[in-house]
This record gives sequence, structure tokens and C-alpha cells, in this order.
Amino acid sequence: MELANAFLIFANYVLVPSITYGAQLALGALGVTLIFGVLRFSNFSHGEMMSFGTMVTILVTWVFQKSSISIYPLPTALLALPIGILATVCFSLAADKIVYSYYREVKAKPVILMMASLGIMFVLNGAVRLFVGPGDRQFFDGERFIVTASEVKAYTGLAEGVSIRSTQAITVFISILLFVLLYLFLQKTRAGTAMRAYSDNRTLATLSGINSQAVVRITWILAASLAVVAGVLYGLDKSFKPFTYFQILLPIFAATIVGGVGNPLGAVVGGFIISFSEIALTYPYRKVVLYIYPDIDLNGYILQLVPTDYKFSISFTILVLVLLLRPSGLFRGVSL
Amino acid sequence: MSFFGGSNMYGGYGPIKILNGCSISVEPGEVSVIVGPNGAGKSTAMKALLGLLELTSGDVFLDGKSIDALNTRQRVMAGIGFVPQTENIFPGLTVDENLSMGGYLRADSVADTKQEVFKLFPILGDRRKQLAGTLSGGQRQQLAVGRALMTNPQVLLLDEPTAGVSPNVSAQLLYEISNLKTRDMAIIMVEQNARQALEIADTGYVLVMGENKFTGSGPDLLKDSEVKKTFLGG
Repeated sequence: MELANAFLIFANYVLVPSITYGAQLALGALGVTLIFGVLRFSNFSHGEMMSFGTMVTILVTWVFQKSSISIYPLPTALLALPIGILATVCFSLAADKIVYSYYREVKAKPVILMMASLGIMFVLNGAVRLFVGPGDRQFFDGERFIVTASEVKAYTGLAEGVSIRSTQAITVFISILLFVLLYLFLQKTRAGTAMRAYSDNRTLATLSGINSQAVVRITWILAASLAVVAGVLYGLDKSFKPFTYFQILLPIFAATIVGGVGNPLGAVVGGFIISFSEIALTYPYRKVVLYIYPDIDLNGYILQLVPTDYKFSISFTILVLVLLLRPSGLFRGVSL
Repeated sequence: MSFFGGSNMYGGYGPIKILNGCSISVEPGEVSVIVGPNGAGKSTAMKALLGLLELTSGDVFLDGKSIDALNTRQRVMAGIGFVPQTENIFPGLTVDENLSMGGYLRADSVADTKQEVFKLFPILGDRRKQLAGTLSGGQRQQLAVGRALMTNPQVLLLDEPTAGVSPNVSAQLLYEISNLKTRDMAIIMVEQNARQALEIADTGYVLVMGENKFTGSGPDLLKDSEVKKTFLGG
């Protein structure tokens, strides 16, 4: 009984949130990994692409809300999401045409493309603040919970319960759907195979007649779409604040590198490793331990390994450790 | 005029002149082999035939027409297959996917051509689901040739197909390549492995400093005392 309580409280505060957050990071990391696999540079503007797409989605959501268009019990933002994706895809294709394509043509080193992406990052960063300001915004509407903690308590008769918010369920559902679709696209379709071939051996792909421009375009479309979905799901689950989306770049890069840059499966696994580490290490275990060992004297300690304010140090530490111990990541990276 | 080739080709990289008027050609159902010392411009001549190198003067022709204006991709579409010396497969793709990508430009089904490649190189058929990166050196070269065959080319260009392959395997590989003649394919091959390659050559070109030094049938060149002395080590 006490063990069940300990498990439920752990599930409520660590397991469920880290699965949700992990799925969001994985979606972001997939975009970064696709760009790296095909275009061979680390896209620093990825967080801002998430932010930009989420902003557009929020603006459209407001329009829908004003005109009382809704898909209750689902959040209206899901209805606005395709428009956010479309806007961000258009932006990234334009950015590729105006900025990146030039550097590809002159065969610039990856670090130059990376710096260019840093420039795009600042442009988007400024644009988002210009449109909606730096403030914190909630744009979730619809049914908040699927299962509440008190329902679980009433049903099981236990002291603790686990709640599942609808945003968490939506995140997991959409993520799994996208993981499967992306896998099928890359493995089973002609365009996906061409994309992997291009990532594997650019010269030979061109010699085989694979159109490099088409591959680059598909890559941006996929990366931008994944970025916006990740951004909107994250924003629905927590809130939309431009600065947070800038910060989220670190855990996303960590997830990408842990899994092996350029490896989509690695990006997904990496996302969950980072999210679980971040949440599990910042959670105070006092209550969990007290359920298992009721007689122990904790002397007022809350048993939190790392203060929440330092949560970014966890991604950073994992990043450094992986780069030192296994630079190619868990699943050897660098081609799709 | 021959079926395919380049005549009086001049060109190089910037100020460095590598090709100084060499001519290479081949007929359907024949093998031409380009041999010569290091730096003679063998691979460069092949690049020029493919459009990977711009010529300052000279012509590349296919089936009676000049193809100077075509870029590499267009030449591939026009029926010229190419097997690069290195990085000639997609290591992260399966054998089967490598072949599919070889036939990427084709609008029709590639299944028949795949079967032909598997008939030619049975080991590839056995390993069709295996990642190409896990194949042995000889198998990789076979796959590289198979990949180039997927467009059903009229002309096949091979840049040192036996590089880095053990002698037994390379003899086998050259034998298999020369077998392609029976399909009326025109084959041009650059080879480091001069003696073995000339044995199967209908025409051999010995290049020196970007010029044709000796030209003749493979067996004739092998017998020629001067060629023997200077290039085949006596």
C-alpha cells in the first residue's frame, strides 16, 4: 500500500511529466538532427523556429477564439497549428534561399553555416518579441484533465493519486504519431530514401540524379514542422514565453548529441534521457522516501539532488560527459 | 567517329594544365583501359568525360553528338554510368536501397534491372537487406558497379574499380566487368593495375603528362617492349 503510494507520487511528479517533456524535446531534437544529417550544420535558430511557429499559432488561436471557432474538448491551438507550421515552413524556406543556399554554393565550412543560423536566430528572436512581446502567455483552452489526482484517489482509495492533463496525453499521442510517420517516410518512401542517401554520400547522390535542392527543401519542411509542433505542445503544456524557447535550445542540443547527431532514433531516445534526468534530479524525494520508510528521520531534508533553478546544468553536464566519453553519441550519428 | 569519347581534350585545375590534348574513345561492346604513371591525368580525363571538369578545348561526344553542353547529371541521364574510385556506395543504406537509388532517375520499374545485377553479382542478392557499409571491399566494388548499372547505361566509366581489393578478387571483378561487353555496353576504365587491366582491354591508352603516349589493343601493348620497359616494370 505504501509502495503503491510512493509509486503514484513518483509517477505524478516525475514519470508522467518527463514522458511529456521528453516527447517535446525529442520532436525538437529530431528537427536539429535532420538539419545536421542533411545540411551538415548545427541549426542554432531551431529554438526560435519553435518560438516563431508557436507565436503564429497563438495569434491564429486568438482569431479563432474571437470568432468562437473551437474544437472543445481539444485546445483551439491544435486547429491553428497547421497555419503556424505553414508560416514557419515558408520562413525557413525563405531563409534557406536568402541565406543558407549561398553558403552551400560557395561550399562554406559548417561553422560558417552555424554562425549564419545564429544570425537567423537573432532575427526570429527579435521578430517574436516585436509581435507579441517578451511576456508569458497561456493559450490553452479546452478540457484540462483526462484523469485528476482526486479521481484516482477516490477510485483506488489511496492517499496519493496521479493526474494526467489533456496536454500531456495530446503531446504523447501526437509525438508517437509523428515518430512513426517520420520513420515510415525515411525508411519506406523514395523521397525518404533519397534523403538518407544524400545524407550518406552527397556526391554519389548527385551523381545518381537525386535532386539536392528537393532534398534540402524536404528537410526544411520536416524540421520546421517538427519544430512548430514541439513548440506548440510545449507551450500548451506549460506556457509560451519567448525566453524559455531560447533556453530550450540547450536541452534539445543535448538530446541530439546524446543520441548521436544525425540519427533520428538517437534524437528520440536522447530527448527522453535528458527530460528524465532533468526532472528526476530536480524532484524532492522526501515524500516518496517517507512512504517507503515511514520511520526514517529525514531531519527536514527534502532530498532534492539539484535545485530547480539549476536544471539547465543537468543538460549541460550530460552534454559535456557525452562529448568526453562517447562523442558520436549512443547511436553512432552523422547520417540519417 | 567512335560511339563515345573525348577528342583533343585540354584542361586542368586553374593554372595547372593536366590534359594536354589526349583523346579517348570506346565502341559498344568494347573495353577501353586508360593506364599510365601517377599524375598522368587518367582520372582527370575520366572526369572530363563525365562533365566534372570543364575543358578549355576539345570535345566530348556520345552517339555522334557533342555533349559538351550537358552537365554531369544530364550526362548520366543521357546514358553514361559512373563508378567513382572512393565513396562509391551509400554505406548507411541497404544493398537493395543502394541499387534503388542508382535507378533514381528512371521513371519505369527498376525491378528487372535489379534482378540482372543480382545475376551478375549473386553475393549482392544474398545480402540485399544488409547495410552496404558492412560489406567487404570486393563486395562494395561489386555494389558500386551494380549501382551504376541501374540506369541501364550505354557507357560505363570506372575509376580504378580494383583499388584496395585483393588480387584474386580484383581479377574476378575485372572478368565480371569485361563480361558486360556482351550487353553491348561501352566501357572505359582507369586502372592502376595495368597488366591485369590491359589483358581485357580492346583498346589501351597509355597516358603521359596528359597526352596519348601509346594506343593499341591491350594484348599488343602488353607485348610492346617500350611499354613493357617504361610502365609494366620490364
